[in-house]
Amino acid sequence: MSSKHSLQIRVNGVNYQREVEPRTTLVDFLRDELGLTGTHVGCEHGVCGACSVMLNDEPVRSCCMFAVQADGMTVTTVEGLAPERGSMSKIQDAFCEKHALQCGYCTPGMLIACHALVAETPHPSEAQVREAISGNLCRCTGYQQIVDAVMHATVAEGDHHG
Amino acid sequence: MAESPVKFRFIGKHRRAVEHKRFVVGQGHYAADIHLQGMLHVALVASPYASARIVSIDASAALAMPGVHAVLSGEELRLATDPMLPGVDAPQVTRLPLAVDVARYAGEWVVAVVAESRALAEDAAELVMVDYETLPHIVDPEAAMAEGAPLVHPAHGSNVIFKRKFVWGPVDEDFAKCDHQLSYRVRWARNSTVPIETFAVACDWNDSTGVLDVWASIQMPKFPDQVAKALRLPGNAVRVHFDVDVGGSYGLKRGLKHSVLVGYLARKLGRPVRLVEDRLENMRGGDMQGPDRQFDVTLGFQKDGTLRSMRMRAVDDIGAYSGRSPLQLGKPVGAIVGPYRIQSVEYEAIAVMTNKTPQEAVRGFGQAPTNYALETGIDKVARFLDMDRIELRRRNMIGKDEFPYLIPSGTHYDSGDYATVLGKALDAAPLVGIVAERDRLRAQGLLAGIGISTCLEPSGGNSSFEPLFNPKNETTTWMDSCLVRVDLSGSITALMGTSTSGQAHETMVSTVVAEILHREPDSIRVLHADSLNALPSNSPVGSRMAIMLGGAAAGAAKKIRDKLLRIAAHNLSVAFEDLVYEGGHVAVKQNPTSSMSWDALIEIAHRKFHKLPEGMEPGLQEKFVWEVPTGGQLPTEDGRVQMYPCHSFETHVVLTSIDPDTCKVTLRRYVCGHDCGVMISPDVVHGMTYGGIAHGIGASLMEKFAFSDEGQLLSGTFMDYLLPTSSEVPAITIVDHCTPSPLTEFGQKGSGEAGYLGSPAAIASAVNDALAPLGASIDYLPMTPQAIWLALGDAKKRAADATAD
Amino acid sequence: MKAAPFDYKRADSLAEALDVLAEHGGEAKLIAGGQSLVPMMAMRLARPAVLVDINRLASLKTVTTESGHVHMGACVRQRDVEHSAALCASLPLVQQALHWVGHQQTRNRGTVGGSLAYADPSAELPLACLVLGGTLHLEGQANGPRTVAAADFFLGPMFTAIGEDECLVAIDWPVWQGGRVASVFEETSIRHGDFAMASAACQLQLNNQGAVSAISFGLGGVGGAPLIFPDLAAQLIGQALTPSMAKDVAQAAAAQSEPGNDMHASAPYRRHLSAVLLERVLRQSATQAAA
Repeated sequence: MSSKHSLQIRVNGVNYQREVEPRTTLVDFLRDELGLTGTHVGCEHGVCGACSVMLNDEPVRSCCMFAVQADGMTVTTVEGLAPERGSMSKIQDAFCEKHALQCGYCTPGMLIACHALVAETPHPSEAQVREAISGNLCRCTGYQQIVDAVMHATVAEGDHHG
Repeated sequence: MAESPVKFRFIGKHRRAVEHKRFVVGQGHYAADIHLQGMLHVALVASPYASARIVSIDASAALAMPGVHAVLSGEELRLATDPMLPGVDAPQVTRLPLAVDVARYAGEWVVAVVAESRALAEDAAELVMVDYETLPHIVDPEAAMAEGAPLVHPAHGSNVIFKRKFVWGPVDEDFAKCDHQLSYRVRWARNSTVPIETFAVACDWNDSTGVLDVWASIQMPKFPDQVAKALRLPGNAVRVHFDVDVGGSYGLKRGLKHSVLVGYLARKLGRPVRLVEDRLENMRGGDMQGPDRQFDVTLGFQKDGTLRSMRMRAVDDIGAYSGRSPLQLGKPVGAIVGPYRIQSVEYEAIAVMTNKTPQEAVRGFGQAPTNYALETGIDKVARFLDMDRIELRRRNMIGKDEFPYLIPSGTHYDSGDYATVLGKALDAAPLVGIVAERDRLRAQGLLAGIGISTCLEPSGGNSSFEPLFNPKNETTTWMDSCLVRVDLSGSITALMGTSTSGQAHETMVSTVVAEILHREPDSIRVLHADSLNALPSNSPVGSRMAIMLGGAAAGAAKKIRDKLLRIAAHNLSVAFEDLVYEGGHVAVKQNPTSSMSWDALIEIAHRKFHKLPEGMEPGLQEKFVWEVPTGGQLPTEDGRVQMYPCHSFETHVVLTSIDPDTCKVTLRRYVCGHDCGVMISPDVVHGMTYGGIAHGIGASLMEKFAFSDEGQLLSGTFMDYLLPTSSEVPAITIVDHCTPSPLTEFGQKGSGEAGYLGSPAAIASAVNDALAPLGASIDYLPMTPQAIWLALGDAKKRAADATAD
Repeated sequence: MKAAPFDYKRADSLAEALDVLAEHGGEAKLIAGGQSLVPMMAMRLARPAVLVDINRLASLKTVTTESGHVHMGACVRQRDVEHSAALCASLPLVQQALHWVGHQQTRNRGTVGGSLAYADPSAELPLACLVLGGTLHLEGQANGPRTVAAADFFLGPMFTAIGEDECLVAIDWPVWQGGRVASVFEETSIRHGDFAMASAACQLQLNNQGAVSAISFGLGGVGGAPLIFPDLAAQLIGQALTPSMAKDVAQAAAAQSEPGNDMHASAPYRRHLSAVLLERVLRQSATQAAA
């Protein structure tokens, strides 16, 4: 049996230290070891994006890296997107307003992708939104209301939203 | 906007789904999130062969691995559990969670390994040595029907598990009177809804209580009963927790074999056990692939375009085992003529077994492929007669004053106004605009075409295809229920008895109860009961929940309201009819100052027995259990039956372009006209329509479970089974119309299958419109770039041969 | 789909990484971005006994401009190249190729060297590297540092000249100096971000008379490795690249390809597609360079 490695990682603003088997993926570590089950497993081969998390402020597929590789890094999962307990980010709120989800399974990964987009491009076009979420599969929504939600969340002050 | 004559307080309004609050912050509660103390994990060993005898299984090395608790084979399950049976009369086609004696498809689960972690279970699974002796296999459904084909289930004596020809009306005579007839074949490739969450189930057996707790990602009628039956437990020994969030299903998540396997292991080992399918297990061995059909259709029509009669032969390759899959040839009987006044129909339905992954219920339960087959014919008739495709449809569509309309196969369509919905969609496109755009694209050198489909969306569910396809199965009940209670503090709770997989049932039920009781929807809590304390339900299938659960919630809420009125009548000493209920308070119509408040009424119900009318039950809780409207009848001898009660309708108008060289399709404009009667939750309905269209785009252009001649699944990962992304699904415009159903409380019809039922037909229509100027056509799905390239090549060759002659 | 057990070493230096490779023979594998390797390990198609993580080696992440080429460390992230204005200017073909590589999330972790070393026959960066005539810097304990020309590097599907004990440490990407340089990268896949059914890339330079002074073009996805056509390219030197020449060259190149069959695209379709795409990139680069 391979030996465990020590892992220091900051997740949603909290520092953790754990011993992990090298083969444990980052998504399995987050879900099973830290109990953060908001990040989901959909394919385990890097296509569906349900496992997306922010790694040092960039969206990545957490099924495509081993937890040990994230030693010393900072991770934000869906549980860490709200500014504080009981509140929601503008995008989370817009997802609710625009019905941008149904079963909720792709939603955490989708939110990560959308937050990453808006952090870099505060007023994206619809085409940019579609590009940003093109690595996140959804089988419920057909993407339309997700695009609508991001557009709704990012409308600039003074824009008229018809 | 939907036009409903009645003004509602809450129904039909924009409202945030209550479920979303937990999903957007990562607090969903899915089956793979369940952690139970001491839980063990399952991995599967699958057959690499499409057909093979299992000679021996050596699990010794696996069992010797530290952390491994059990290795289970089919033989042990055969002795300890009851097999799962098909939905048709074929008792020899049995299925167990693990293969016994023979493996019948590549990917079939042969051995289950249980260990402390999934990773360890997979390590141990690699050490299980299974010795196989390959046997002849059959993968082509036509060949499977031929004399001498290898039999998938020799004890059944044939690879045909179901075959019946229905003749409704004077088909031969009608054809004889037709000016023309036109025959064609279409092929609907095997695809499926492929939810992003795979099937997952955890079971925990308690020796002291004798109860098996089950948490599963489930969407299945009679799931608790069937699990109990297979495990030889009484029905009240299985508790299925319906409050598990299901990550998408769209018909598919039946998971019976998974649950029997895990339930058995939990009892055997005395520890909780969980199986989460990985994606490879799910695609190949999860038994969740969809219809795989070839249709041969002949339409008989007059020279003015009037359709008179139809012959349809549908052959469906259901794979190596049968659950309810053959019944997917039966449900479309309820809308076999689509929206058209076709007078007589001959329908032959054949379900064939091959050595492939088994088929399961997919959104629409066979209606989407059938609509594709029928709509393809409508376009062909139009082309044959050199008539506009829209005009041909208008000429044949059932008119709004003809409802309820009886179709030859025995179903009454309840209401509809197809021409108006079509008109709205064409206006929204707008037709003039997309015609101009099409011409502009053509002038640029692209192929371009417009597609139209006008399709029925039967809704309300009803299992009448069960007795239709198996007369020995005399069943006519397809009920659902709701319990509503108002507690001492005046808050309202409603209880539903089945699972939810994205349809926002909590939102729908609270909207309905709020509508009846005039209380704030967000103050109403909706819970999922478990199967031991649930009222009967038949689960969210067949687009039934708005009708059935919505109807039950309304029924229970009305009983509560009536009770409050009777308490008020008693305490105000007036007749029941003299009272008006408003906002939860009750007042005398002629003297509004004489009234009782909600709080006062609640207090009487709960605490002041001395103020209750004689014989009234204390407290404030009511249940409502009801049968599907129009249900309750067995089919006639010649197979006529009311299939579903309500009939929604959708029309799709699509503009597409095709690169003539790469042959890649681009969807340029997508409009869907939709009528599902009164929408209780418009956001929810629209969402499912968008999603259904996306499913249809996948099925039309890129999704296929492809098998090699050796029966190996070629598209078993997401690298080869291609699901549409936001780059492939265009912006979609939905335009609503409302023809209320006369059969339901608010006029609502169902629409969970919206979008999927009409989009493949429309996209195929558009692609063929684009190919037609080159003399090319394509009658099979998916219409990949290569498929279109082949079609263009065929047309060029035909043209060359023609000039050569 | 959990990977088979392995030991993990995070290399603090290149020398340490090479030591491990040498010690374990073919049983050790390097991991950089992991976007291809980790899924392969999850499916147990790859099962190294030891995984050597080179993600933190600063020496493999540098980008310097030397004379005539960009010297790029193998662990430079794909997204860093994609978002670099300077590299957009000097290596336009690489940047265009990156537009087609996976999705944003995979490019955030994926490395340039990782894609080249993985050598999927339909991958974009290998094609760009071959067309540009890149030089690959390898280093291993047995043979020390050495260089391999791109033309000698991609040997077959998932198979390169990297030895069992070697690490790809850097890539020299030639930069075409002077004006009137244009490059075009095209591919066709069923969905955006999928493996290409066929891809084509071209970079050319025109002289002041509008004739081709330098040109290189290639095809991906239609053989075990990307293909370039130096003989056909040589014939175009000194000529104006007309549409009909583009068509002829594209047909001739496609005829030389040996594409495979799979469920998405047959060999004849891929060959057809490669001719279509190559003709397009030739024409478009000629038009762009002239503008």
